Amino acid sequence: MTADVIQSKNDFLLELRCEEIPARMQAGARGDLEKLFRAQMKDAGVAIGEVTIWSTPRRLALIARQLPPQTEAVSLEAKGPPEGAPDQAVDGFCRKNGVTRDQLELREVKGRQTWFAVIEKPGRAVKDVLAQAIPAIVRAFPWPKSQRWGAASISTESLRWVRPLSGIVAILGEELVECEVDGITSGYSTKGHRFHHPGEITIGGANDYADKLRACHVLVDHAKRQDIIRSKAKEAASDAGLTLVEDEGLVIENAGLTEWPVPLLGRFDEAFLEVPPEVIQLTARVNQKYFVCEQGGKLANAFVCTANIEAADGGEAIVAGNRKVLAARLSDARFFWDQDLKTSLADQAKKLERITFHEKLGTVADKVERVAKLAEWLATKNVVPNCDPKLARQAAELCKADLVTEMVGEFPELQGLMGGYYTRAEGLPDEVADAIRDHYKPVGQGDEVPTAPVTVAVSLADKLDTLCQFFAEGLLPTGSKDPFALRRAAIGILDLLVRNDVRFEMTAVVHETMGLRTLPAPVTIEIARQFLVDRLKVQQKEAGVRHDLIDAVFALGGEDDLVRLLARVHALQDFIGTEDGTNLLSGYKRAANILKKEDFTAQGGEISLSYTPEPAEKALFDALAIAGPKATEAVKAEDFAAAMAALASLRGPIDAFFDNVTVNDPDGGKRSARLELLDAFRVAVHGVADFSKIEG
Amino acid sequence: MSDKAEPLSFQDMILTLHNFWSTKGCLILQPYDMRMGAGTFHPATTLRALGPEPWNAAFVQPSRRPTDGRYGENPNRLQHYYQYQVILKPSPPDLQELYLESLATIGIDPLVHDIRFVEDDWESPTLGAWGLGWEVWCDGMEVTQFTYFQQMGGFDCKPVAGELTYGLERLAMYIQGVDNVYDLQFNGQGTSYGDVFLENERQMSKWNFEVADTDALFDLFGKAEAECRNCLANDVPIAGYEQAVEASHIFNLLQARGVISVQERASYLGRVRDLARGACEAYMAKYEAEWEDKFPGWSK
Repeated sequence: MTADVIQSKNDFLLELRCEEIPARMQAGARGDLEKLFRAQMKDAGVAIGEVTIWSTPRRLALIARQLPPQTEAVSLEAKGPPEGAPDQAVDGFCRKNGVTRDQLELREVKGRQTWFAVIEKPGRAVKDVLAQAIPAIVRAFPWPKSQRWGAASISTESLRWVRPLSGIVAILGEELVECEVDGITSGYSTKGHRFHHPGEITIGGANDYADKLRACHVLVDHAKRQDIIRSKAKEAASDAGLTLVEDEGLVIENAGLTEWPVPLLGRFDEAFLEVPPEVIQLTARVNQKYFVCEQGGKLANAFVCTANIEAADGGEAIVAGNRKVLAARLSDARFFWDQDLKTSLADQAKKLERITFHEKLGTVADKVERVAKLAEWLATKNVVPNCDPKLARQAAELCKADLVTEMVGEFPELQGLMGGYYTRAEGLPDEVADAIRDHYKPVGQGDEVPTAPVTVAVSLADKLDTLCQFFAEGLLPTGSKDPFALRRAAIGILDLLVRNDVRFEMTAVVHETMGLRTLPAPVTIEIARQFLVDRLKVQQKEAGVRHDLIDAVFALGGEDDLVRLLARVHALQDFIGTEDGTNLLSGYKRAANILKKEDFTAQGGEISLSYTPEPAEKALFDALAIAGPKATEAVKAEDFAAAMAALASLRGPIDAFFDNVTVNDPDGGKRSARLELLDAFRVAVHGVADFSKIEG
Repeated sequence: MSDKAEPLSFQDMILTLHNFWSTKGCLILQPYDMRMGAGTFHPATTLRALGPEPWNAAFVQPSRRPTDGRYGENPNRLQHYYQYQVILKPSPPDLQELYLESLATIGIDPLVHDIRFVEDDWESPTLGAWGLGWEVWCDGMEVTQFTYFQQMGGFDCKPVAGELTYGLERLAMYIQGVDNVYDLQFNGQGTSYGDVFLENERQMSKWNFEVADTDALFDLFGKAEAECRNCLANDVPIAGYEQAVEASHIFNLLQARGVISVQERASYLGRVRDLARGACEAYMAKYEAEWEDKFPGWSK
């Protein structure tokens, strides 16, 4: 304990207490507090080590251990005007540096006598540094939203904070760091739990802070509160023979809403379980911040709420109250469910005529009609294999109908999912229901990519329509702005293609998609096509495919099938990773360099030798005659591994050629024939990929 | 909660709150005699939030939300209900404590019930107003909206007013432990909330959704709009504000009748907002010089 006391002499505690901070802002605020504190200390020359930051809904706390008592003294020099400069200039220099004229020194600079100021900054007491830093931190705090309050707010210049700031505790060792911000002065006292200990408590310093608060029903360490919620919520569920559906977001949010978390389990009427489980879970989570529970893999009629008090009656009243609120919410949800079931999705879909998709692109009903035609076309043309065109059309026609249902009106995040439920409830085919449910997928990186043919067709059609029609109107993403999420649509299309090995000629599909609407002006399909290609590059780069290899394949041009492009890139990556690949690449580079240096342009036609070639020369010539056509054929057959193998067969001959043959032969005929040979080698390699784009 | 004692009836709860806020220095006002969607529309809130003069008032305001009507069949939803409004300008430093004290007086014990301040920023595009605050939860139920007004009518609040809006029926259902609003004890002597309002809800829901003459409503909207402009042109901003409130309610009725399309909706909202803002602007302009005299430097 003695060690602790000694250690605490220079430990610093700061607590900023205010009215309830929104839970979602607390993590950011902790980061900002640390950043601002470190910046202030750095500017003042205070070396700091470990900093601990805690938050509750009512306070932000910072503990910095073992601050030095003093900042280091520093001596700074400033060069001023030359001797004989006007008085004005010299006086200005003095003012700027806070010195008097008699403190200046003359020194020679490049043969000229020049005034210098030597500014001695003595070490400052860290306590004084802190006293200045605290108000600066408070005033500079970057809350996402802040407010004014109280009598001072008669001026718009009054202090802003996330909610009214009510107290500051600032203690260095055991000494108060005296400071003041807009009428709020620092002190030793804070408040405990709002209800358990509403009175003031006195803090001694950094070392007793957390313990004193704990004694007053405040767990100041947010991580500890999270642990309690995590474990006690689980425990409450298992005590009832249930399994908690874990939700880290809820853990953090509830920890941000409580100073003394107490998870409590309650039950709701089993009859509500007829509503889809996703709806129940969403209502419970979003509106009430409750966890839900499962039994045997199915949603159970139970919830876990997190109270902020150790209730006098053990939580009975709290559970009863929460149960009632949840019941009201669930009866609303059941009302929506029952209402929605009364109208067929086909009838709902008619209401989409009233909703504008985009002012230039007509109504949602217009979009649905285009998507239906395109989905059917994708199936009919066998672009999406094994897909029944009728089902694709039916699913597409109904895919947006749930947007006008009561349930999706209340919970927009259930779009698609509810459509799936309502479709099944109508007795329509499962393929159709699944397609409606999943056609928004994949929504982001790592999201599940649909594989059911009807779903793939509808999902592709929906995204292609969005992408191409916005492009047709010139509504392209720019920089960081992508208001219609076109990049996401493009990535979704690529994921669908790659995952399902869907083959299509981009030009034809984009043409078909754009053709479904009378376009304002002829548009270049090329822009939309190029956009997809660019997204593919980004996507593959993120997936760890070497960018230069993608470029090497893209550089050849003429490839319109993205799946084929990718297969080629992947084969190339595999090949370049082998010893043959690496050596072939260096052979290629050597050949290319020579050709470049010689400024060689191929004459075309067969290479005919007017002299007896050296063996290595002959060997390369023969190898090319075999490998060239082989590679071309393999590429045509989309057997890219075989194409790479054909290239690999050139590795030995090209190495031997460089080892044994002099290209730059004094005989002009030989020289030009050898250059022709190297060019033929380059051409053969280019049949597979443009190796000049490959690094290394 | 003083669980053993008889819970307060609906009217006693109102009287208790009146009493409480009266002792805290509030004027106890009566409801405004116009149809409006929320207590915030009461000029004692909207207009008095403008300007530098202190203002502390409490009142009940009947609130009409035509689209929330359920023909008396939903135990939690009404097209006409009561809000208890407290407006304190400037916001006192102990506003939260005062509020919690008021809850205790109507029988909510914070060591038995879980009272929480959950982020809920308030914004009324119609009034050109916004503020930061919370919805106050009691055992997971929202019972009060707690707001520090930052702007009203597009003007910065100087100083900021604190606004408390209690949902009276919800609180009463809570205190009395009933699941259906119509079962609330209104007076503690045998008359229920349903005795007073059930028939009202049935008829008004029918009128709101089915009967109201939409041509007449469109006409009334236009007339209120014109009259508001007439008032503002003649330097009677309070009268102009009333017309803005009128237009706002007519718009809500048209919404309930389902005759305003999605596209039109934004345009109607914009028209109502222009009226309300215009009234606030005219109100500010009328009193600005006087306020500047009393609070030198205020208008800056």
